[in-house]
Amino acid sequence: MILESRVIVRPAHLSLILQRLSEELLERHPGFHNTVLIGLQPRGVFFLNRLAQVLQARIDDLSHEMDGSPEGHRLVSAQPGRLNIPAQGALDVTFYRDDFRHRSEPLSAHTTQLPFSLEGKKVVLVDDVLFTGRTIRAGLDALLDFGRPDRVELMVLVSRRLRQEFPIHPDYCGMEVNTHDDERVRVCWDEPEGAHITLIKTTG
Amino acid sequence: MKALAHSNLISIRDLSAEEIDLIFTTADNFKEVINRPIKKVPSLRDTTIANLFFESSTRTRLSFELAEKRLSADVVNFSASGSSVSKGETLIDTVRNILAMKVDMVVMRHPDAGACQFLARHVSCPIVNAGDGAHEHPTQALLDAFSIREKMGSVQGKRVAIFGDILHSRVALSNIFCLKALGAEVMLCGPATLMPRGIEELGVGVTHQVREALAWCDVANVLRIQLERQQTRYFPSLREYTQAFGINRKLLDEIKKEIVIMHPGPINRGVELSSDVADSGRSIILQQVENGVAIRMAVLYLLATRPQLIE
Repeated sequence: MILESRVIVRPAHLSLILQRLSEELLERHPGFHNTVLIGLQPRGVFFLNRLAQVLQARIDDLSHEMDGSPEGHRLVSAQPGRLNIPAQGALDVTFYRDDFRHRSEPLSAHTTQLPFSLEGKKVVLVDDVLFTGRTIRAGLDALLDFGRPDRVELMVLVSRRLRQEFPIHPDYCGMEVNTHDDERVRVCWDEPEGAHITLIKTTG
Repeated sequence: MKALAHSNLISIRDLSAEEIDLIFTTADNFKEVINRPIKKVPSLRDTTIANLFFESSTRTRLSFELAEKRLSADVVNFSASGSSVSKGETLIDTVRNILAMKVDMVVMRHPDAGACQFLARHVSCPIVNAGDGAHEHPTQALLDAFSIREKMGSVQGKRVAIFGDILHSRVALSNIFCLKALGAEVMLCGPATLMPRGIEELGVGVTHQVREALAWCDVANVLRIQLERQQTRYFPSLREYTQAFGINRKLLDEIKKEIVIMHPGPINRGVELSSDVADSGRSIILQQVENGVAIRMAVLYLLATRPQLIE
């Protein structure tokens, strides 16, 4: 049962975080050469979709700024030509989880859509909240069933410290929060007042 | 609807339309899995499944075994011939002995109707019926309906005609229950000698005219003439059966619409179905086989991961 719900990140703040994360991606993946972004179903995909919008807007700005400036273009693009947003996919990890027998509610699966080969790719796994690390562990297993990427990185919007059960830490992190066991972090994307993050206190 | 209400799959009648839908959506995901380069997921790596086949089977047994292996379950196979059953061991003793070796689930085919129901009363592990006598074959009905849904978008409101030996067919009975639960209309077509008396009470139409049934239906599910069950003569000769009830290109060309052809296999080519129809673009017989693995994965997965199993 929900006892208390508190907004910890307001829409304006969340928008800044998304912009910073897309800048970090641009910086660390020059030209997005061989980079793919893969959201973990279901909520990582919501996050990835929103991030992709912000990233696309930033890329459009950059292309605009750099028209007529070949040197500047090389800064963001290792390859000659236009800078394009990386391919995006969705990965479902339900069948790879180790905790389905420990839950009171059964898990329902979602679709996996990886319309590209992973061979030689730099994969950025995207999820909204990092808690115990078990979802990411399952995500790595699921990912490797599709091929052998060159590198895998992790991007999360919120990292809940103090409760990680696996040695898994994000390469890109929107924000860190300290939470208790009876609290939940929920990212609300489609709200009339704008996307925000709430901290929910529950009884169980 | 996120979990199955029962811990066994013995009869389609135990499933609600929502539960069938849950099995279908789960099977959609598994169908994607079995088309990957690496066709397996580790979901049931902690589960051991025994396939007990007291009656011979090739396709169903292979299909279940592949489904189990693609879920990473450990599999043991058992067939009645050459086992302790021929030494006179009872069914319950056989199964209890197998379960004592720490087997978690049982998939069973048995020549007697009701064998799975009987077993479920005496052992506690989940049981999946892979065909019990002339009673039911629930996973076949699920994969048939799943294939119709895949081909035609939905099962609701579709007209499905089932042709052939209805009397001895567990596929027919399970199909009737499954299709009716999903809102399809069903008509049965076959010789009067192979039509169980009173079957209309299940809410299905009955005809003895192939042309009438073909003109009515969107989907024709053609059952196998079970030559092994014909010691009593239900019809004068195979040749006569083919002439009266066999489905061929000429008959299909006479009706002015495309209908989908299904067959649970194994086909008696040239008896109930001519080769040109079985191999035509109208036939989804091989899709049925592919979907069979996905459906069985879904059923095993949903039964094995029911929350009630948590101790």
